[in-house]
Amino acid sequence: MMHRKKRSDGKNQSLETIVAGNGDMGFVREVAKRSGTDLSACFHCRCCAGGCPFIEAMDYAPHGVIRLAQLGMRDEVLQSATIWTCVGCHTCSIACPMAVDMAAVMDALRQIAIESDAAIAEPDVLDFHREVLRSIERYGRTHKLEIMMRYKVKTRDWFTDMDVGLRMLAKRKLDLMPSRVRNTKDLKRMFRENAEGGTP
Amino acid sequence: MSRSKRIPLSYFPGCSMATTAKENNRSLIEFCERIGYDMIEVQDWNCCGSSSAHSVDAELAEDLATRNLTLAPEGRPLLAACPNCMLRLRGAQRHLAEDPEAQKRCEARWGRPVDPDLKLIHFFDLLAGADMKGLNKTSPGLKGMKFVPYYGCMLARPPAMRHEPNHHGLIEKILSDLGAEPRRWGYGARCCGTFLSVVRPDVVGAMVDAIFRNAAAAGADCLVTACAMCHMNLEVRSTLQNRISVLHFSEALALATGKGEDRDWFSRHLVDPRPMLRSARLIA
Ligand code: SF4
Ligand code: SF4
Repeated sequence: MMHRKKRSDGKNQSLETIVAGNGDMGFVREVAKRSGTDLSACFHCRCCAGGCPFIEAMDYAPHGVIRLAQLGMRDEVLQSATIWTCVGCHTCSIACPMAVDMAAVMDALRQIAIESDAAIAEPDVLDFHREVLRSIERYGRTHKLEIMMRYKVKTRDWFTDMDVGLRMLAKRKLDLMPSRVRNTKDLKRMFRENAEGGTP
Repeated sequence: MSRSKRIPLSYFPGCSMATTAKENNRSLIEFCERIGYDMIEVQDWNCCGSSSAHSVDAELAEDLATRNLTLAPEGRPLLAACPNCMLRLRGAQRHLAEDPEAQKRCEARWGRPVDPDLKLIHFFDLLAGADMKGLNKTSPGLKGMKFVPYYGCMLARPPAMRHEPNHHGLIEKILSDLGAEPRRWGYGARCCGTFLSVVRPDVVGAMVDAIFRNAAAAGADCLVTACAMCHMNLEVRSTLQNRISVLHFSEALALATGKGEDRDWFSRHLVDPRPMLRSARLIA
């Protein structure tokens, strides 16, 4: 199943004229700073796109995301599906002649998208990440069964994977009880302080 | 190895190995103990954040990693076998060394310093120096097992780490030193999909099936994986009826260097590797 998103006004994105200089240059600097990557290093050779295992499930190719970011097209890039589909596997980085840290750029874009309440193109991905973090907050470690159950509740998709879950239970791959950190006080405090935006 | 020469290591299992992949954990500990290391689990370690923390919150991801670093006792190397945990630990260690602010944050957060000389060792670093040929003379070996190595994204890394040692080919080298036969194929460095396995099972399922088909076409009896998450995604996502089994690298190593019977590991696999191991006469 392809997963390409149409723009809400039905226009074909690739045929639009982009006026260089209309971009949000503060945003370009912000992405560069957070990712520790000079976006202008990318000259669009597309080696990254050639190696990315999940390009089929993306709306923009990985270097397309870099292009949008270079041009300061803030909304377009923050609302793209690609930033959520990218798993940060670094496959593209070993192919990139310019040492662009694609995974770091994607991390930065996701974080800016969350902080600025951008429309999230792949809400299920974010839901999943949030469930993982919630589990770490509770137990200090991930409790896979609970993460899966809660993710299912959120996405209201009970039946995909029912068989997989049962087979994993039968093989003792999903523990009923979590493996946990004994003293989670310091972790809970960390989550609280980070949520409040403070440094320790 | 004589008793006096045993080397103590702090050991960080990580969530996957502590839970879904206990067979990976147990066989790894068994193997490391056998080749002369004492494995001492880090007290009260926490999750490294998996693929999620760094995706949505950079500070949280760093804090999770630094907490683990502060828990490692001074003067003893810290071993991890999960490539992702290792990447997180190394990233945080590098950041602490480069940025005094990060160091201050860490100390204020956890009230403990990180040993500045803490040595981080991935399981593969440990193996790179090990003499398997010598070991093979005294152990049952893996003669008759045809396999393809599966590294997933473990050989790829961010540009900042590109000068660190890369263990390309190590699974093939070590296992062939132990008598197994590697087969050539082109899918050994395909990412397993990590969290997309949950969110987009359609995408990951198709890819995983292609991996199994190519492994079988290469003439392999099994895949050998380096990462517990890869192992799980390969096992749970394939939709193929008939497929070959997937062994953790550590299982293959422990099997090759010790007795293979009475192991609880193999019953935890979704595709039972025992028929394959029996027909290769590696277990009774
Ligand atoms: S491989 Fe690197 S330089 Fe080439 S298009 Fe991708 S990010 Fe840009
Ligand atoms: S890091 Fe992201 S963009 Fe790069 S290859 Fe992996 S999934 Fe594709």
